[in-house]
Amino acid sequence: MAQHIVLDRVSKRFPPAKRGGDEIVAVNDVSLEIERGEVFGIIGYSGAGKSTLVRLINQLEPVSSGTITVGDVVISELRGKRLREQQTGIGMIFQRFNLLTSRTVAGNVAYPLEVVGVGAGERRRRVAELLEFVGLAGRADAYPEQLSGGQQQRVGIARALAANPEILLADEATSALDPETTAEVLDLLGRVNRELGVTIVVITHEMEVITRIADRVAVMEAGRVVETGATYDVFTRPRTTTAKRFVQTVVRALPEGDDLARLRSRHDGRFFTISFTDEGASEARVFSALARAGVDFQLVHGGVDDIQGRVYGLLTIAVRGEADAVARALEGIGDGVTVEEQR
Amino acid sequence: MSEIAGVLPDLLEQTAIMLWMVALALVFGGVGGLAIGTGLTVTRSGGVLQQRAVWWILNVLVNTFRPIPFIILLAALQPIGRLVVGKGIGTEYAVFAIAIAATFGIARIVEQNLVAVPPGVIEAARATGASPWRIIRTVILPEALGPLVLGFTFAVIAIVDMSAVAGLVGGEGLGNWAVAYGYRQFDEVVTWSALVVVVVVVQLLQALGNALARRIMRR
Repeated sequence: MAQHIVLDRVSKRFPPAKRGGDEIVAVNDVSLEIERGEVFGIIGYSGAGKSTLVRLINQLEPVSSGTITVGDVVISELRGKRLREQQTGIGMIFQRFNLLTSRTVAGNVAYPLEVVGVGAGERRRRVAELLEFVGLAGRADAYPEQLSGGQQQRVGIARALAANPEILLADEATSALDPETTAEVLDLLGRVNRELGVTIVVITHEMEVITRIADRVAVMEAGRVVETGATYDVFTRPRTTTAKRFVQTVVRALPEGDDLARLRSRHDGRFFTISFTDEGASEARVFSALARAGVDFQLVHGGVDDIQGRVYGLLTIAVRGEADAVARALEGIGDGVTVEEQR
Repeated sequence: MSEIAGVLPDLLEQTAIMLWMVALALVFGGVGGLAIGTGLTVTRSGGVLQQRAVWWILNVLVNTFRPIPFIILLAALQPIGRLVVGKGIGTEYAVFAIAIAATFGIARIVEQNLVAVPPGVIEAARATGASPWRIIRTVILPEALGPLVLGFTFAVIAIVDMSAVAGLVGGEGLGNWAVAYGYRQFDEVVTWSALVVVVVVVQLLQALGNALARRIMRR
């Protein structure tokens, strides 16, 4: 697939907050290639620089150094009218929705169409079509404050798509929503990606958002991208501490510290953590192998996760029995699993 | 009753003059204040037309004019009034001076309301590729319209207040009438009837402003 957005050694520095203070480096020498038609996630804690990074892509903020290419245009070199023309091709949605309170739902969705100079009749037709797409056909004349958070974000999505952009930037778009509404909005973003072929860049601090819709993910920390890869790979084989911590927010991966101590007080035997990907094994295979070997075991922690439709298991079991028998039992599970004893 | 009937023709005439003065001063001061207040908002750092030098000049200008007591400004602006309205006395000159004072007062009111527009909404408009002028026209001003109406209502009442001292430079109006025929001639009927009319006018203006703002803000 062709590259759609290319960041080449991009940095963004802000002047010090007070005179004589240190310059703030929000984005530090980041290079990324985002492919046409993919959903690309950027995850990081607050202050990691991800919101600044996404604002560099559509040039709401100019870069301090490096270049950003969108399609075949070096957008980071453009200013004024020529930049604004390119910005119409990149939609954006926000954590707080940022709808105009002075306009109705239809008026908000029509806004980008006015900017690009679409006539009134065509505007009406397009607004109706967009509201239909996001499931708000009946609410055209409502005002934003009359809608729920999830509905407001749908309006935000309709607005972002109005001018037929090829790219949609989502800045913590679900962070202000409850889990159920988050799922609905993410499903809608998935449809935007699949049905309209829009390249989506999702900024979030929630790993669930990434595992649900992102094809690939970049992990950001202190202004740098510390890890990039297919979501499944980063999830199953995180390399950096930050990535591991994010993974642990979704799979209750390896019990540590107090958690581990509490488990030990409740269960006898040795603790093993078994991890497997869908290429290697399944939960059933793990359990049947243990059962066949005749050792006494109990699942104490973890489970199986679905990442982009693929399986990832992380099971911690307590095993009782002779050391040899236990070793044979674990051996018997076969290839494609990683077994690690928790001591 | 008959005493009130006696002053009624003058009362009505002077009320009409006052309302005319207030209306003119509001139009000119309102336009000027809106322009300067918007300028202050958009040129400040982080504004959609950030321009430090312009902001600095506007800010100094507003800070210079605003603290001047109106009665002194009314006397001091005479030379400029002669250039602009052709004379330094009378009702027309008073309107000119009120409009100048109102411009700078309204500028701050406008600025306060416009800076309160959430930056995220402006950012969302910028992300659609909207130009700074379009954002001022279609986002900043409409989003602040309700509070702006309340601010202008506040300003109108200040203008009514200022119109009362027009007599200092030979201007007419309810205030001058109350001072010249009520206070100086010990005619309490004149003074009190002027006062009652001013109170009623202010109440009506405030009610009108509130109703309009409520409609805009849909609350």
